[in-house]
Amino acid sequence: MIDLSLLTDGGVGWLDASGPSSHLVLSTRIRLARNLAGHIFQGRNSETEREEILESVEGAARESVLLRRATRYRLDRLDRIDRQLLHERHLVSKELAGLEAEGRVRSGASILIQERIGVMLNEEDHLRIQGLHSGFALDETYAEVDRLDTELGQRLAFAFHSEFGYLTSCPTNVGTGLRASVLIHLPGLVLTKEISKVLQGLAQVGLTHRGLW
Amino acid sequence: MSCDQCREREAVIHLTQIVNEQVTTLHLCEKCAAEKGVDSPGAAVKTPLGSFLAEMTKGAEQPPAPRSTDACGRCGATFQDFRETGRLGCSDCYRTFELPLRDLLRRLHGSTHHLGERYAERDPVAAVQGARTAELREQLRLAVEAENFELAAELRDRLRVLE
Repeated sequence: MIDLSLLTDGGVGWLDASGPSSHLVLSTRIRLARNLAGHIFQGRNSETEREEILESVEGAARESVLLRRATRYRLDRLDRIDRQLLHERHLVSKELAGLEAEGRVRSGASILIQERIGVMLNEEDHLRIQGLHSGFALDETYAEVDRLDTELGQRLAFAFHSEFGYLTSCPTNVGTGLRASVLIHLPGLVLTKEISKVLQGLAQVGLTHRGLW
Repeated sequence: MSCDQCREREAVIHLTQIVNEQVTTLHLCEKCAAEKGVDSPGAAVKTPLGSFLAEMTKGAEQPPAPRSTDACGRCGATFQDFRETGRLGCSDCYRTFELPLRDLLRRLHGSTHHLGERYAERDPVAAVQGARTAELREQLRLAVEAENFELAAELRDRLRVLE
């Protein structure tokens, strides 16, 4: 059984409604996809290579300010129920936790967390730097994630192309590797049956939506 | 109306620029517009990756895709692997399959030029190297334009060493 008391807020600080507009927006999440130069991407690399990636990133994290006291969980050494718990607390993706249909947790799948910020390791990309805040807090979350990206980038060599930007396993993430999302609870729009119009409108302004339940 | 650039294909993009109160209008076909770095508003529409990949295999106007047996020298991935999984094997795949990927990136993101934070600039050594690479790339482009292929080949080799 994992010990979530190692995390100061039990990993659910994003749910405490302390952030701006939290009556409407539950949480804000920003992630940056990064890969280590000189290492093969996750889909084709070996167990040994994934261990090397873990070691390099953990070394860099120990020297950083933002992840110096990070708690580490090795998903590949946890039971399914524990992995599910971490996923439900939005700390790891379904893929990393090996919870997708026919999915299984891959060796080296890990996470480093220190308060509202962390890094998923050996996910689709070598690193998924992520920040999770309560409420609508895009600027604050980005500032933290960017700071951690800078700190780690000074100690690790990221795969970067002078024209394309940061290189990622999937071409949709190439460039900044950034994805920002907000979790919004909109029961009123559902009750008044307006939600489908709003969701259709989202696509037109370049946003996508996903349902949580 | 035919394209102002190639005078062959139908112009579908009409670009009006106002510089120093001088209005210029260019009528371009999609191919010439893409070469000039102008993208049609529809180009960046988000579509699932799968349909892009499917389109790449059948489009006659697309740049020639690498043979599905051509493999990346570093990770061994083939372009066929990418078509099946939608994932690349390593950072070298971006060079091995540059031509079709460049086209894909342009359609996915609306451009191939990353305008965000530049990683190399944080490291002074890498920044110098980055500037040299950019300079060599420009020389290479000019050499290809001038059809000086001997020089182009030499520049390409020097770029490979740098990268």
